[in-house]
Amino acid sequence: MLSAILTLAILAGIFGLLLGFAAIKFKVEGDPLVDNIDKLLPQTQCGQCGFPGCRPYATAIASDEADINLCPPGGDTTIIALADLLGREAKALDSEKNAAPPEPMIALIDENSCIGCTLCIQACPVDAIIGAAKQMHSVFDKECTGCELCLPPCPVDCISMVAIEQNITTWKWPDPAKRITESVS
Amino acid sequence: MSPLWSFPGGIHPPMHKEESTRSPIVKLPLPERLILPLHQHIGAPSTPDVNLGDQVLKGQRIAHADGYVSVALHAPTSGTITDIGEYPIPHPSGLSDLCIILSPDGQEKWISRETKDDYLFMDASHLRNRVRDAGIVGLGGAGFPAFIKLNPGPRNVIETLIINGIECEPYISCDDMLMRERTANIVSGVKIIAHAVQARQSIIAIEDNKPEAYQAMLEATANEPDLSVVQCPTIYPQGSEKQLIYVVTGKEVPSDGLPLNVGVVVHNVGTAAAIYSAIAKAEPLISRIVTVTGDAIRKPQNLEVLIGTPIRSLLDFCDAQTQIDQLIMGGPMMGFTIHTPLASVLKTTNCILATTYNSLPEKNMEMPCIRCGACADACPIKLLPQQLYWYARAKDFEKIQDYNLFDCIECGCCAYVCPSNIPLVHYYRYAKTEIWSKEREQQKADIARQRHDFRAERLAKEKAEKAARHKRKRNELKEKSDPSKKETLIKNGAKSKKKAAILEAMERVQAKKEAHKTEPKNTVNLTEEQQRKIDQINKKRETRKNNED
Repeated sequence: MLSAILTLAILAGIFGLLLGFAAIKFKVEGDPLVDNIDKLLPQTQCGQCGFPGCRPYATAIASDEADINLCPPGGDTTIIALADLLGREAKALDSEKNAAPPEPMIALIDENSCIGCTLCIQACPVDAIIGAAKQMHSVFDKECTGCELCLPPCPVDCISMVAIEQNITTWKWPDPAKRITESVS
Repeated sequence: MSPLWSFPGGIHPPMHKEESTRSPIVKLPLPERLILPLHQHIGAPSTPDVNLGDQVLKGQRIAHADGYVSVALHAPTSGTITDIGEYPIPHPSGLSDLCIILSPDGQEKWISRETKDDYLFMDASHLRNRVRDAGIVGLGGAGFPAFIKLNPGPRNVIETLIINGIECEPYISCDDMLMRERTANIVSGVKIIAHAVQARQSIIAIEDNKPEAYQAMLEATANEPDLSVVQCPTIYPQGSEKQLIYVVTGKEVPSDGLPLNVGVVVHNVGTAAAIYSAIAKAEPLISRIVTVTGDAIRKPQNLEVLIGTPIRSLLDFCDAQTQIDQLIMGGPMMGFTIHTPLASVLKTTNCILATTYNSLPEKNMEMPCIRCGACADACPIKLLPQQLYWYARAKDFEKIQDYNLFDCIECGCCAYVCPSNIPLVHYYRYAKTEIWSKEREQQKADIARQRHDFRAERLAKEKAEKAARHKRKRNELKEKSDPSKKETLIKNGAKSKKKAAILEAMERVQAKKEAHKTEPKNTVNLTEEQQRKIDQINKKRETRKNNED
């Protein structure tokens, strides 16, 4: 009886020490869940989810403060990926959100109308607008995420969203399965 | 001769090569204009060297290589540059791309050239540079810059150089005709390549459905101990690089490796001939042999065509029917449909196939997969085509990569044998471009995240700096307004220091004046006359000064 209790107590002590050591040795800095969620988000930094950027939204999802269906640019692909990661049920995009355009868009400044007010530069979350006060502004199209945050501050409405033009390196073969369903219907 | 190996799978489609091999190669007359796309090869597009209205000579470089994996482009004939802009190019998308338009002047005036006979004593790197400057790409169809394959690197020993004269795809016969008619050029080209890569042995591989070409090559290499010619049993896709290496050497190139890894380099016969012209005759790649065939062509044949010639000119020359239902660049297995005959011949164009619906096997509708497994038997790379098909349909792009989608060479054997007429290769191409597009999006997202983080960091830094500045100002103001500290401030402050320095300097000047106080000697002992004159002058000066004021 006594020897059994003693053995178990010693074993418990050893395992306790082992676990304690492991907890210190293999300590994970930060919250890896937030990083993983952030990786799945499209990084447009548009704020359409109601949070100021992709990472704050990822943090909110991780702490269960926000649902996974609030990201319009990510669309269904992102929702399914998040559902997979978090083991939750995938659902349709929140009905209050406007669905993103089917093809990626970028901002284009009408350079004749631009008055050089720098308001759009301050609004751009990825510093993709180049210009200075009273100088013409221009969108650096490679870095533009199409978040549309520069549209509302513009006092002369000279920014428009345009579809990214396809070239032979970005062109994709059409989905052959789509052709069948079209020909059947 | 060592025995040949055979790869798994493969098919034996009807070849239709006889139609276009009945007449010798004919040079196509100069077209009215040449359309020269800047992106004719694998790698970065070349950058134009010419401006609108420039006069160029035949063989003059009109665009240079941009980066390592890129080659130059040359004027195929003499004439004027009439435009540089977007024109339709032969591409499955039907999109336009940047092209240089050249209007020939009919003179065919060559740029000055320096011919070389001592090429077998040239340095390997010098040979490579000449091949690079001549704009040579693999002429078998993929268009990989040829000079890169001439550079095995210092650590790799090339056991075998294989010259690909297989031409396994139906209808195409340009390599066959080249081997029959320009045998000597090919043999010299092979010697140059073998010298550049220091190959121990060179093997020219030809399928047994080209007996004339085999005979010609055999005769031309009779006196070459390091050069042998082998005849391989006809099977499609034997001309694919990795399959050919296995057939000839029995070595398998690893999935993510290069032929270099097994000590082999493969070049096409057309590339060998082009390398000979570039090195020995200093002629850049400005023309190539193109097979024009198909049942919509009344005079199927092989033509020597300048790069950039509109496909329309080829069709007209070969007396094409007005009714063409499908215009294909390349062969029926791996070629792609081109949307307009206005597009031009590229460096990689080996065949123009014009067909009517009568000749093609009846276009049956795609039926469901019945899991018969015929595709897996036909696959030369031992992939599982039907699994790839299901994952492509389900858009499961992660799983499809687990099944080695990127090892697929798109040879089309699976689709050829499919009893349900499923365009399997189309599904794989779709999946590949989707995956590449997703990778590009991911890269863009990563950059956006970095830029956003950097911006947040910058804003935070600016805010902190601003706060610190305000705090310092506030403290200074507080100290100034405090009366008890005023005295000391004035004594030690910046302003009083300056004042003290000025005062000190003035004192120094005064002291100096005192020390050197002497009367000017010329004013001593003046006569009365002199004194009066001086007074007068002084007076005048005085009045003038007053008037001026």
